[in-house]
Amino acid sequence: MLLSARDVHKTYDTADGPFAVLRGVDLSLEGGQSLALTGESGSGKSTLLHLIGGLDVPDQGQITIDGADIAAMDDAGRAGLRRGTVGVVFQQFNLIPSLTIAANIAFQARLAGQYDATWVDALTDRLGLTSQVAKYPEQLSGGQQQRVAIARTLAPRPRLVLADEPTGNLDEDTAASVMDVMLSLVAETGAGLLMVTHSSALAARLDNRLHLRAGRIA
Amino acid sequence: MIAVTFAALFGHWWRNPLQLFTLLAGLALATALWSGVQAINAEARASYDAAAATLGEGQFDRLVRSDGQPIAQDTYIALRRAGWLVSPVIEGRVADARLIGLDPLSAPGGLTPVGLRNIGGLQDFIVTSGRIFAAPDVALDGAVSDPAIAPGTAIADMGTVQKLLDRPNELDALIVGPQQPLGQTSLDQIAPQLSRQVAQGGSDIGQLTDSFHLNLTAFGLLSFAVGIFIVHGAIGLAFEQRRATVRTLRALGVPLRLLVCLIGGELLGLALIAGAIGVGLGYLIAVFLLPDVAATLRGLYGAEVTGTLQLRPIWWATGMAIAVGGTGVAASTALWKLSRMPLLTGAQPRALAVIAGRGVKVQAAVSAGLLCIAFVLALTANGVVTGFVLLGALLIGAALGLPIVLRAVLGFAANCSHGVVSSWFWADTRQQLPGLSLALMALLLAMAANVGVSTMVSSFRLTFVAFLDQRLASELYVTAQSPEQAASLVDFVTPRVDVVLPIMSAQVKIAGRATDVFGARNHATYRDNWTFLTAGKTPWKDVHANVAILINEQLARGADLTVGDVVNVGEQPLTIAGIYGDYGNPIGQAIIAESLFQKLFPDVRPLRFGLRLPRKEVDELVKDLQSEVGFPTSSVINQAGIKAHSLAIFDRTFTVTTALNVLTLSVAGFAILMSLLTLTAMRVPQLAPAWAMGLTRAQLGRLELIRTVMLAVLTGAIALPLGLALAWVLLVVVNVAAFGWRLPMYLFPWDYAQLGVLAILAAGLAALWPALRLARTPPADLLKVFSNER
Repeated sequence: MLLSARDVHKTYDTADGPFAVLRGVDLSLEGGQSLALTGESGSGKSTLLHLIGGLDVPDQGQITIDGADIAAMDDAGRAGLRRGTVGVVFQQFNLIPSLTIAANIAFQARLAGQYDATWVDALTDRLGLTSQVAKYPEQLSGGQQQRVAIARTLAPRPRLVLADEPTGNLDEDTAASVMDVMLSLVAETGAGLLMVTHSSALAARLDNRLHLRAGRIA
Repeated sequence: MIAVTFAALFGHWWRNPLQLFTLLAGLALATALWSGVQAINAEARASYDAAAATLGEGQFDRLVRSDGQPIAQDTYIALRRAGWLVSPVIEGRVADARLIGLDPLSAPGGLTPVGLRNIGGLQDFIVTSGRIFAAPDVALDGAVSDPAIAPGTAIADMGTVQKLLDRPNELDALIVGPQQPLGQTSLDQIAPQLSRQVAQGGSDIGQLTDSFHLNLTAFGLLSFAVGIFIVHGAIGLAFEQRRATVRTLRALGVPLRLLVCLIGGELLGLALIAGAIGVGLGYLIAVFLLPDVAATLRGLYGAEVTGTLQLRPIWWATGMAIAVGGTGVAASTALWKLSRMPLLTGAQPRALAVIAGRGVKVQAAVSAGLLCIAFVLALTANGVVTGFVLLGALLIGAALGLPIVLRAVLGFAANCSHGVVSSWFWADTRQQLPGLSLALMALLLAMAANVGVSTMVSSFRLTFVAFLDQRLASELYVTAQSPEQAASLVDFVTPRVDVVLPIMSAQVKIAGRATDVFGARNHATYRDNWTFLTAGKTPWKDVHANVAILINEQLARGADLTVGDVVNVGEQPLTIAGIYGDYGNPIGQAIIAESLFQKLFPDVRPLRFGLRLPRKEVDELVKDLQSEVGFPTSSVINQAGIKAHSLAIFDRTFTVTTALNVLTLSVAGFAILMSLLTLTAMRVPQLAPAWAMGLTRAQLGRLELIRTVMLAVLTGAIALPLGLALAWVLLVVVNVAAFGWRLPMYLFPWDYAQLGVLAILAAGLAALWPALRLARTPPADLLKVFSNER
């Protein structure tokens, strides 16, 4: 099992008191499979994605990736997980503004010590970024920036790709084009894909779908 | 991993060269001012040390003839035979150098220069006939250069100097060793014509000039603080702009500890680069100012300083340490915030107003706390350290309080405004305040330092002029070479002047303190010109009744004496009838009646005289003194000449402080310029809506300029009372604690007005370029603000 989440709980302190975002979520994902996570705003989708990505830790329950329990890892351990095993595509792209597009694409692979120039060139070409590599993120459109973020995520060939509304900031046509190339590349690498989305059409393109409602799987 | 992460972090500076320049320039300027001042101080102190080592001045008691005549060599021999451990000294001038003859074998330990204490040097000194050792700045044929010797000084064996000065068998003084055998024959029996001058101990030249160095150090600290505000601003802004990058890096798997270490290392590297530049610039500042400092110290205090600068390793080390330390202080908050920043915190740079809003209460509390500490210390501080703590608390408290006061003023103005543009202007200014706060704090400190130091200096000058009027009341001062010449002088001038005022002094101990006691003739010159800090009803009358004494402030403060107390001069009890200011004098001074002085010190015969006569007759008398009595020009001093000379020396002292004033203000102007330039890019999204709604770009540019000038005016209004408080602390607390005398404080509104105009001009100039850039922002850039893809 690539990913397993069992009875995951997460509560945040708010101005109005504690707010339980996740109330016992269970899910699993095999390598090479894709899973869409849908739900209304505030249902806990992004929180669950952050917990699986090791960006935060659950209050209760267990999340394992390739059998390793995330909650048992320290900060450095979770950082190591994010470097090599898990790749995250953010809604806000989160490119590094001080690096060129080429350096941004290669960044995570170099960080993980898994840089493969042939693969990175192929990704750059497949995502239509070859003519943009010398530019900086601020010089690209939103769609182009998201393509760069996808290339960066896939460059180290992660075992698990997490995508948080990857097309949420893009228009319909651009979103469709970005999704085509992302799904195709993820399938090629054999990684598992967990995608948070509002779009039913997008969710329908993945192997499985889970719906979150008020912190629980509906 | 380290390399790619570092590349991503450092790339920020590459993409924001202006910020990098601000950081490096701010730190380099701060270090330059600090290290420049320290270099001057270190150089001067090294010179004093050499002087003290060469001459033993102030360290040992000396035997001299009461009448100022040379001591016969036979007297020295007689004293040595009687068991007195004394060592001869002779002194004169050769080719502008001070030539000193010593006997290194009999001199007390520590008297000869360091370089001569090794065996070879000592042998050379004694055995090699005519060998002279000289400071590097002395050009004497055949002299061996020795950096351990005081500037402007050359030393040689006693016999060599006696030959060179053509004074065989003559000595000027005998230095008394600190340890003397028991059962010595008394001095009166062997050499009754000699009197013993006690060592001045802590009152040597180094302590006196510390007054000057203390001011310079305070200035260096203030300048450094101004620079650190710039650095703090640049680092804070860079951290704020890199929040998103830091979050992304962490999300991609870079450990937090590595990030903190890399950013710390990056800042250390930048600090070392800026420190090296700063120390280099500091060297240039010191080279530029040192000749003035040297001239000042030589003229004002009689201290010799070389006037040239050596690169001392300790100076480099402290300069680099202060640069790294300053960066550490400026970056500590940002690094601490980074280490505590949750990974899922907002990635976008937060509005500066929001950041400031959260910290404003803490800042207000810290400011109020520091100002309370300053207030309490102002009432209680009585030492140099507490004086500087008071200064620090006052300045930092005021600087932290500045944005809060400005915020309140701007809020009030916004409430009072009615027009649409003016309402937007005040609200927008309030929003800009957090971004400009650090630069405005730097301006506040720079202006306050200027007001404070110029008040102190001008008060000093005013007091000094009054002091000269008091001390140099006679129209002419004449110095005779011998008692016989003095007698013929008095005979010659008595029928031609209103009065002859002899100047005679002897050194005694009053209340356990070394004091020069003077005998004053009963004349209106003293009664009319002498001003007292405190006095009885009829001080001069009591003095001339031989029942009272006048003492200077240093003696009064040092020995805790006041008017009405009784002190002994020798065996004679005298009541203190008045205490007078005696600025710049390191030791105690006292005045008694001439008749009593002659009774107590019958051997002292005056060689100097003040002559009172109508001013128009001065030149003729000077001519006659030279032609008929044979007085050399150098022995006759016109009062006006002395005053002009003294004032010239004094004014040169403060050339240094004026130069530092201008530099500090320039650094503050630079801080404003850099803050505005850095903010310009962030301003576009804020100004675009106003532009879209009908304000022209030129109007926006003008409003930017007006905003900066207005903030500078408000800052100046706060800087004035702060500067006056700074002057008060320097004059009333620090100076009294350090030197034992208090200067009266005067106000100089015209100077403050000039300073205000200068500061506003600096702020206006600093704002001009950013305002022009805003006024010329291409419409395309403004339109981008409204683009969906931005």
